[in-house]
Amino acid sequence: MGTHDIVSPEQRRTLSVLVEDVPGVLTKVSGLFARRAFNIHSLAVGPSELPGLSRITVVVDADSKLLEQITKQLNKLINVIKIIELAPENSVQREHLLIKVKADSPTRLQVTQAVELFRAKIVDVSVDSLTVEATGAPDKLNALLEVLEPFGVREIVRSGGLAISRGAKSMTDRALR
Amino acid sequence: MSNLTATSPAMLASKASSSAAGTSPDPRIYGPGRTVEPVAATGAESIIRSLESLGVTDVFGIPGGTILPTYDPLMDSEQINHILVRHEQGGGHAAQGYAMVTGQVGVCFATSGPGATNLVTPMADAHMDSVPMVAITGQVNAAVIGTDAFQEADIVGIATPITKHSFLVTDADQIPKVMAEAFHLASTGRPGPVLVDITKSAQVAQTTFAWPPKIELNGYRPVTRGHSKQIREAAKLIQAASRPVFYIGGGMIKAEASEEFYALAETVGAPVVNTLMARGAFPDSHQQNLGMPGMHGTVSAVAALQRSDLLITLGARFDDRVTGQLESFAPDAKVIHADIDPAEISKNRAADVPIVGSLKEIVPELTFAFDALVTKHGRTDISGWWKQLNRFRETYPLGYTTPEDGKIAPQQVIEKINQAAGPEAVYVAGVGQHQMWSSQFVKYERPRQWLNSGGLGTMGYAVPAAMGAQVGNPDRVVWAIDGDGCFQMTNQELATCAINKIPIKVAVINNSSLGMVRQWQTLFYESRYSNTHLNTSVSDSGGEIVRIPDFLKLAEAYGCVGLRCERPEDIDAVIAEAMAINDRPVVVDFVVSRDSMVWPMVPAGVSNSDIQFAHNLTPQWDEED
Repeated sequence: MGTHDIVSPEQRRTLSVLVEDVPGVLTKVSGLFARRAFNIHSLAVGPSELPGLSRITVVVDADSKLLEQITKQLNKLINVIKIIELAPENSVQREHLLIKVKADSPTRLQVTQAVELFRAKIVDVSVDSLTVEATGAPDKLNALLEVLEPFGVREIVRSGGLAISRGAKSMTDRALR
Repeated sequence: MSNLTATSPAMLASKASSSAAGTSPDPRIYGPGRTVEPVAATGAESIIRSLESLGVTDVFGIPGGTILPTYDPLMDSEQINHILVRHEQGGGHAAQGYAMVTGQVGVCFATSGPGATNLVTPMADAHMDSVPMVAITGQVNAAVIGTDAFQEADIVGIATPITKHSFLVTDADQIPKVMAEAFHLASTGRPGPVLVDITKSAQVAQTTFAWPPKIELNGYRPVTRGHSKQIREAAKLIQAASRPVFYIGGGMIKAEASEEFYALAETVGAPVVNTLMARGAFPDSHQQNLGMPGMHGTVSAVAALQRSDLLITLGARFDDRVTGQLESFAPDAKVIHADIDPAEISKNRAADVPIVGSLKEIVPELTFAFDALVTKHGRTDISGWWKQLNRFRETYPLGYTTPEDGKIAPQQVIEKINQAAGPEAVYVAGVGQHQMWSSQFVKYERPRQWLNSGGLGTMGYAVPAAMGAQVGNPDRVVWAIDGDGCFQMTNQELATCAINKIPIKVAVINNSSLGMVRQWQTLFYESRYSNTHLNTSVSDSGGEIVRIPDFLKLAEAYGCVGLRCERPEDIDAVIAEAMAINDRPVVVDFVVSRDSMVWPMVPAGVSNSDIQFAHNLTPQWDEED
């Protein structure tokens, strides 16, 4: 996988939100975005390295003023422990993509070459299709999609963005002090 | 909110541990400082014992299927007085009224499903106006949640956007902890409503009750102490400003910082405007008080904000009813914004100097910092500013005209109630014209003298909130100043008041219509009165007398005294009669003119500079001199 950074559309920002893993917390976070008319581009949630805490990565379209308001409103949620913004230049940002693409005998080789070129993986094979798995920064996945498009894309599943800061420091270092 | 923090469960915990360490134990059985060794209890008993341990003495509610278990031990509580209301919405507003006059957490009970959904309006209202309230609802058995069981509603889901926080309790062992957390959340930081939804299965389960529980709210750390560098920056701006104005909001009352603010205001000498939610935070009789700003504010208060070079914003939130068209609001002003809720700062108007914290702590520090600067550098002359504002104040005072139809002027009724009851009474309004007139024509001299639904604008707030206020302040006269529209939304609580000897006084400002809507129809819809006639004193055409309902008979049916006043010359006598009754609720039907309008007015969406002090009349801002 390449390590080049995201060329994100203007004002696309990534927030990492550390939350208590309690029932309803995701509703509270997503409900806040809906109620305040904040635009979520993607949202991914999973456990963190600390028991009882989950980490939500949310990608939003917002200028600095709106981002400040989003952060402050999120902070008011009682189950939210900590929020940081992860800027592309000092974080690693990834998405995961599964794509089912048409590939019969005349095109199979071309598809396979494209997949190799992007260092993606073929994870399932059938007579007239291949399922490809790729992980990378959003722009790289977009490029892969563009290349595969002419062969005929049957199905796409794409995760929300995940992000982690570069360097040794952890988001939870001082969160629970 | 240091006064609130002082009674918060977090402090209880530390107090309790210090008494365990050898200091003298608190002699009180209940309330702050109470320690209870673990005892066997049902979940329901645990709820009641938690409330007792939190110092709760009054609860408003209605029982039903899923809260039944809790109503049983409630019967044996010597500390908690439960008032059986007639509608859960009334119970919720009563809890708000109670909280607003006492500064303590108001508590209401409801059953699941419709009982809980009837609390939606009070919770939303309390959320908008930052009222400390805990709503406790029963929920269906944990095993049937999600099956569309009888009287099941996802009230936690419904309430999430309109509460400060909401809890679902399915495990009885969690009850003391959740109750303590709920009260802590409701009463500290920016106060607000907290919902505790407890399944019936948790209420009937066997558990252990012990007090105090450990509060675990890792994501909740309200800042109370203002940043001292920011406070010094603010002081610098104030010292340098030539047209400063204090713009104070409801946060001043919530923080119990009125006294501290009085000192700051006098030290600085700048004009003060207080929002609808801050009426009473600074005395109306004070020379520096210009009154209420905003859509129906005084010309001088609106002008003070609009023409200012520095807004000293304390516990206010730049509501659209205050700012009018935001882009043209106070165009030349820098902004100091102090608030306990960081999300309010720069939400609507960017702040030049933001200060997060409790006004109780910030205001005295600001006074001190300002004083120090003045000692060093002297004062900026603001006499020209005062001259300008005094001219607006003198030229465009609040006033009203005598109605052409010969009927009573509603403003006069309100003025006269105020003259009779004075500043020690509590005034509670509904929403609409009568609310604006109550804000304009009652003189507010002390915090917690004035209650209304400011942010949400809930018609029907007055009667139940007045009921709660009277329970919280049994020794004060409580006047609900209501409209004929509002009154018909929640007046069934008159039964509650009559039965429980809660002697509120209700002035129905009866213009036989949804008056504020009618006013907008007059001004913006060519006097086409679509669905605003209520027929509570006159017919649609205004030609005949129609009284549906007859408020006098309605009052009597509810066990209250009913009075009616229809002529200006009778107002004083009728008010005196109402003031003389103190063993029962009184309802006075003041039949007033339909055509009276609220002035001044800034029409929605236009600049505050276009304020009209009467229909189509705008002030002359600049004088030749």
